[in-house]
Amino acid sequence: MAKKRKPKLAVWKFASCDGCQLSLLDCEDELLAVAGAVDIANFPEASRRIVKGPYDLSLVEGSITTSHDAERIHKVRRMSKFLVTIGSCATGGGIQALRNFKDVNTFVSQVYANPEYIETLNKSTPIADHVFVDFELRGCPINKYQLIEVLSAFLNDRKPNIPTHSLCIECKRRGIPCVMVSSGIPCLGPVTQAGCGAICPSYNRGCYGCFGPQETPNTGSLSEWWQQKLDVNDVDIVRAYRTFNAYAEPFRKASEAYEK
Amino acid sequence: MKNSRTIKVDYLARVEGEGGLLVKVKNNKVTEAKFNIFEPPRFFEAFLRGRRFTEAPDITARICGICPVAYQMSSVHAMERACGVNIGGQLRELRRLLYCGEWIESHTLHVFMLHAPDFLGYQDAIEMAKDYPDVVTNALKLKKIGNEIVTLLGGREIHPINVKVGGFYKLPTGTEMESLVEKLKWAIEASRDAIKLTATFDFPDFERDYEFVSLRHPDEYPFNSGRIVSNKGLDIPQEEFLNHFEELHVEHSTSLHSVVKKRGGYYTGPIARYNNNFDRLPAEAQKAALEAGLGEFCNNPFKSIIVRSVELLFACYEALRIVEGYDPSNKPSVEVPPRKATAYGASEAPRGMLFHQYRIDDEGIIQDARIVPPTSQNQKVIEEDLFEFVSDNIKLPQDDLTWKCEQIVRNYDPCISCSCHFLKLKIERE
Repeated sequence: MAKKRKPKLAVWKFASCDGCQLSLLDCEDELLAVAGAVDIANFPEASRRIVKGPYDLSLVEGSITTSHDAERIHKVRRMSKFLVTIGSCATGGGIQALRNFKDVNTFVSQVYANPEYIETLNKSTPIADHVFVDFELRGCPINKYQLIEVLSAFLNDRKPNIPTHSLCIECKRRGIPCVMVSSGIPCLGPVTQAGCGAICPSYNRGCYGCFGPQETPNTGSLSEWWQQKLDVNDVDIVRAYRTFNAYAEPFRKASEAYEK
Repeated sequence: MKNSRTIKVDYLARVEGEGGLLVKVKNNKVTEAKFNIFEPPRFFEAFLRGRRFTEAPDITARICGICPVAYQMSSVHAMERACGVNIGGQLRELRRLLYCGEWIESHTLHVFMLHAPDFLGYQDAIEMAKDYPDVVTNALKLKKIGNEIVTLLGGREIHPINVKVGGFYKLPTGTEMESLVEKLKWAIEASRDAIKLTATFDFPDFERDYEFVSLRHPDEYPFNSGRIVSNKGLDIPQEEFLNHFEELHVEHSTSLHSVVKKRGGYYTGPIARYNNNFDRLPAEAQKAALEAGLGEFCNNPFKSIIVRSVELLFACYEALRIVEGYDPSNKPSVEVPPRKATAYGASEAPRGMLFHQYRIDDEGIIQDARIVPPTSQNQKVIEEDLFEFVSDNIKLPQDDLTWKCEQIVRNYDPCISCSCHFLKLKIERE
């Protein structure tokens, strides 16, 4: 059989903290194997070597916050056979989407000495609002084993096995007692997508929603429970939904329902 | 030879975040040297307003995926200071341990994967692995040990979840801590090898008279506490930071340039810590540094790779000391009731001093936040380095000089995502 060309991998960054692409370098045990299976053709955080596109797989980190980036993402899409977004910024607009709830000019003038230099869009938006995305990998940050799963699925021409159910299932599987029922700690687990491995509940802490909304979450019911049984006030309910996935629709609507 | 030339790197590789550099030369004289930062603004200071003081460690961690622990440490210390609570004893030790983990992870990443390829002439660590398989394999193993410490204490390596104002949500068991002992003993030896290896590299003869700024503690190599000092006589408590330093608004960068008032740019990071605190290093680390020919004072930024390796050795020793003295029976946190106050927290991120300032009200709601990350502090000296280096080496071929200029930026392990979380300025393009 003729030797197949190694697929070309590119990693792109938009507005983000770099943590999700760092997850690839954090795959200490797998990194050299990954480098053996794909041609890391464009990954500036790790290499000076840039191989020209097109690329077989592009991993895109970060959200769109400037007009320049809104154009750049189209170039990236045109150069990419498969485009996978990684992390809350790319899949939901990220924490910088907190600006979306305010007039961005208020933010600018609140903080910056020379607002005329600030060049930014009113909203921070996920990549899928701009171009077609083949797969979205959630998390703030992503789980590196889920990233490896996405890469292996790509290499083997299959669908990534990434569950979309709630975090509660992970707690149950790990045998972690429900922090909300047993300790009265507010937890976003019932409406948050699984993927992290239920880290927070295993550390006696409520989930704070890094992986964004699960498929069809019942946020209304959870908010009511928080309010009635755990005595959480409206402002804190809004704060809870407004973190790293604030602009993902179910969380956005859930927060707006309690905003005065 | 042409009279004028331009050295331009549009997108710097092997740094965290988006930056470029531009050096203009006319009649064989450097006329301009810029380290461009074009990361989009993310407005952290703005949306911290109105959040609870307890949310600061989780929110500010998201400024940087490379050094989230630094953001968590500076913010929790500021909040505790605001509320008049001082965390001592084992909780303080565990915070040092967590920081050791981040230093080990981040320094190993930089020394072996981002910086060493420059000295050995490779595009990246993966290419380097073909000729130096053991070096890269051991580096990955060392990096993993750093990450394991952060994961054990923090819950995960990036954006840890276990840090809170007042301490931790949960403490590790004795058995979990014990699992680190053998690994750290190995890590100590691996760090020694790192010092030996990096000391053999060829370093450009490039020394400048820098002002080195870092924390300094009465007994310890600095992480979370200490006064702010420099080799030029600065010695102030943390709360006076903003009285002695200012941030200048320059046109070509999305981050502000920090300067010491009336003096100019300054250098923060491993070399600054090392120069100001050599006497606070464990004897073994001092000895290894001197044996590597480093001296007690270093003013060649290219040698930061050796200093980082010395700090790796320090962090491994310090981690082992804390792990071996661990008592699992303590409480994971103390109560921190909010009160109206303004307070400051400075800590030593792997790449330099990170300063936070918050004003909170009686309920603990954040009214105002200010964050000064290490890379914006180093930006001015980076540009001065570029200017000087190109002036001294104007005869080098374009490709070599360009690579060296990139290396000058990488000497500082800049974390561009951090530095420009606050500002976007227009970019001047040729």
